Amino acid sequence: MITEWMTLLESPNFRWVMIGSLLLGFSSGAIGCFVYLRKQSLISDGMAHATLPGVAFMYILFQNKSLPVLLIGATVTSLLATSFIQMIIKQTKLKTDAAIGVILSVFFGFGILLLSYIQQNMSGNQAGIDSFIFGQAASIVKNDVYTIGVVSLFVLLLTVIFFREFHYTTFDFTFSKGIGIPVKWINGLLFSLLVAVIVIGIQMVGVVLIVALLITPALAARYWTDSLGKMTVISGTFGAISGLIGTISSSVIQDLPTGPMIVLTASVLFFISLLFGFTKGLVVRRLVR
Amino acid sequence: MLALSVHNLSVQYQQQKVLENVHFQVPKGSITGIIGPNGAGKSTLMKAILGLVPITEGKVDVLEQPFTQQMDLIGYVPQRSEVDWDFPINALDVVLMGRYKHFKRFRPISKQEKDLAMTFLKEIGMETYANRQISQLSGGQQQRVFLARALAQNTPIYFMDEPFAGVDAATEKMMIQLMKQWKNDGKTVIIVHHDLQTVQEYFDHVLLLNKKTIGCGKTRDVFHPQNIERTYGGSLTFPPSIAGNSL
Amino acid sequence: MTTYAMWIIITGCLVGFTCGISGSILVLRKMAMIADAISHTVLLGIVLAFFVTQSISGFPMLIGALVIGLFTAIFIEMLHRTGIPSDAAIGVVFTSLFALGVVLISFIGNQVHLDVKHALMGEITFVPWNPLTIAGVNYGPVAVWMLSIVCILNIVMIIIFYRPIKISTFDPAYAKLIGIPVGFIHYLLMSMVSLSTVASFDSVGAILVVAMLIVPGATAYLLSERFLLVIVLSGLIGILSAISGYLVASFWNVSIAGAMATMTGVFFLLAYLFSPKQGVLVKKMQHKKSKVRVS
Repeated sequence: MITEWMTLLESPNFRWVMIGSLLLGFSSGAIGCFVYLRKQSLISDGMAHATLPGVAFMYILFQNKSLPVLLIGATVTSLLATSFIQMIIKQTKLKTDAAIGVILSVFFGFGILLLSYIQQNMSGNQAGIDSFIFGQAASIVKNDVYTIGVVSLFVLLLTVIFFREFHYTTFDFTFSKGIGIPVKWINGLLFSLLVAVIVIGIQMVGVVLIVALLITPALAARYWTDSLGKMTVISGTFGAISGLIGTISSSVIQDLPTGPMIVLTASVLFFISLLFGFTKGLVVRRLVR
Repeated sequence: MLALSVHNLSVQYQQQKVLENVHFQVPKGSITGIIGPNGAGKSTLMKAILGLVPITEGKVDVLEQPFTQQMDLIGYVPQRSEVDWDFPINALDVVLMGRYKHFKRFRPISKQEKDLAMTFLKEIGMETYANRQISQLSGGQQQRVFLARALAQNTPIYFMDEPFAGVDAATEKMMIQLMKQWKNDGKTVIIVHHDLQTVQEYFDHVLLLNKKTIGCGKTRDVFHPQNIERTYGGSLTFPPSIAGNSL
Repeated sequence: MTTYAMWIIITGCLVGFTCGISGSILVLRKMAMIADAISHTVLLGIVLAFFVTQSISGFPMLIGALVIGLFTAIFIEMLHRTGIPSDAAIGVVFTSLFALGVVLISFIGNQVHLDVKHALMGEITFVPWNPLTIAGVNYGPVAVWMLSIVCILNIVMIIIFYRPIKISTFDPAYAKLIGIPVGFIHYLLMSMVSLSTVASFDSVGAILVVAMLIVPGATAYLLSERFLLVIVLSGLIGILSAISGYLVASFWNVSIAGAMATMTGVFFLLAYLFSPKQGVLVKKMQHKKSKVRVS
């Protein structure tokens, strides 16, 4: 076992993947705080599922597995899905949850249809395309890590720069407008960062479970602090830990899928926080009472 | 001088008209109440003026200038139900929001600003609660914090959406006193209000609204039974609070 | 048509009808995403049932799924009570339990024909090859039997509890007031969804189950305002999606589950545009007409 570890750590590709999972985990944990507080958990789940047809479609079109190409497709279908969801909510009597459910399942189903088309009708090396469903760290190469890393850092940078605006608009939208924050721009920016994190996360975590890397660390972090700044850092750290442990365990133990391991780690962190968190944990609440 | 003047403002959701040709004027240095039944479009009117709800028609002038929305003229105290009380934020942080335009990017908020925010909390008797998360305050205390934020903002005009809902009598009295003080300083306060009993006591001007302007002007000229009945459409025999609960 | 194709279509129709009628009620109760959550987490129930019995057979699987399905609903409710917004509670619970299920599967994956891809996409093409044989006589596929039983169960439950379901969906507070066991009805519906899911799971996978639970119900709701009609229409749309999906899949040689899920979307789109009262295009036309009349 130990020798396995050593060889793994010595493999340069694995080190790259580790860095990638760390950055991805941190940025999605940080952005996830705003997703959670704005009650957009389910809509981001819909957006994540909706990336699948985009990935498959770009592969059919260009017969190319290069990550940036596939991710452009993912972005387009994800945005399309979001606007469909909003259209349904606006124009029919269906409520948010039904609108998300409809779009999520139809887009995902169509994605599966396209994937099966690829498997049946296309030659060439298509291995790794269906790893987008549950995520596979092993399918990630150094170039992919560049994409993931650069986008993650960019997301983090913008989050730091506009933290106050994100904070204020999330807490009190109308007031923020009143004090001169360009609220529509800030909303758009935050939304773009969310899309970016989802899109770069699908290769490692998979479209089915990426939403967990957004909201579970945020939810866990909420139990440790009453300050949004600290919450964002804690959530990012939880996300990074989850990414790291998930990637390592799935690489050491054969057949273990990466995405579910990342999510499971995050879930464990959540349950620990739910019970023992300093400010809101159930045990603390009991003791105070 | 007019603090606010709204001409023929209409707002439409899908095919439904929420506000229709609303027009009214609010003189500077007044306390104006917006009165009307549930669903009369009171909150929508505030949001439309702030540019948060698209206006189908009409024009809004603030301090006799066309409202450009980037100006820092209007302070806002939200309706209680619109606040996420579990949000990770404490009383002092809420007040600090009012000082937003004085903050520098990339720098933590200065000691000076924090001290200033503390003086606003002190002014409304909340300085000992500065580090409390907002859900751990009583209804009255929560409203005081938002009032302190309005103080910190120091704008010529304030919008308040049902500020007295869920507030204890002492806080309500204090709030009214504070508003009267603002009025004497030449500021304008516009309040969405529910309780018809206190209208004459609190407001010098009123807008009676039910999708359209029913009446607008000095309270003693406009707030008479005939207009009130037109506003509430005869449903006054069943006050909205009771009619709403019968389900 | 070959009997082989016939069995696949029958399976699809049963999935469409069973999920359609139980799902439509959840859509009306604004609980579509709970249906989504349950249809993911029953995977864990199936895996746990396998750990206990060491085999994949119908009955223990149904029990396992039922237990985990109810557990999911209770768990979400519990977290919500501790102050977590319901959308986040749903998100955390379903991802946790589903991830656990997937990870457990990967440990037993080599022993049985249960694998992650199977769980997601199902193997409807294998349905006819797994017949129920008693004393050497072939009684048709096991999946069809299981689905039929659950389908009948759903219909019977809806008939018996029709009024309580309807009233508690329309106005839960009032239902409680007049003594309807609102909690029982809630968990009854959760059970129906869990059973529908697990019976469908093996043949069509999680994706199609989610689609069949939510989309036909949402479509029917756009077409009608009457409670009973929404349920029936939803079941019928489920069947239509299954048949047309099969045709699409065999024509282009693609995933049957994927094609059926896509077809539910096509029917939804049609209702969205052309529903007599709700359709977006129809509303636009009416709006234009009324404008002309005014001027």
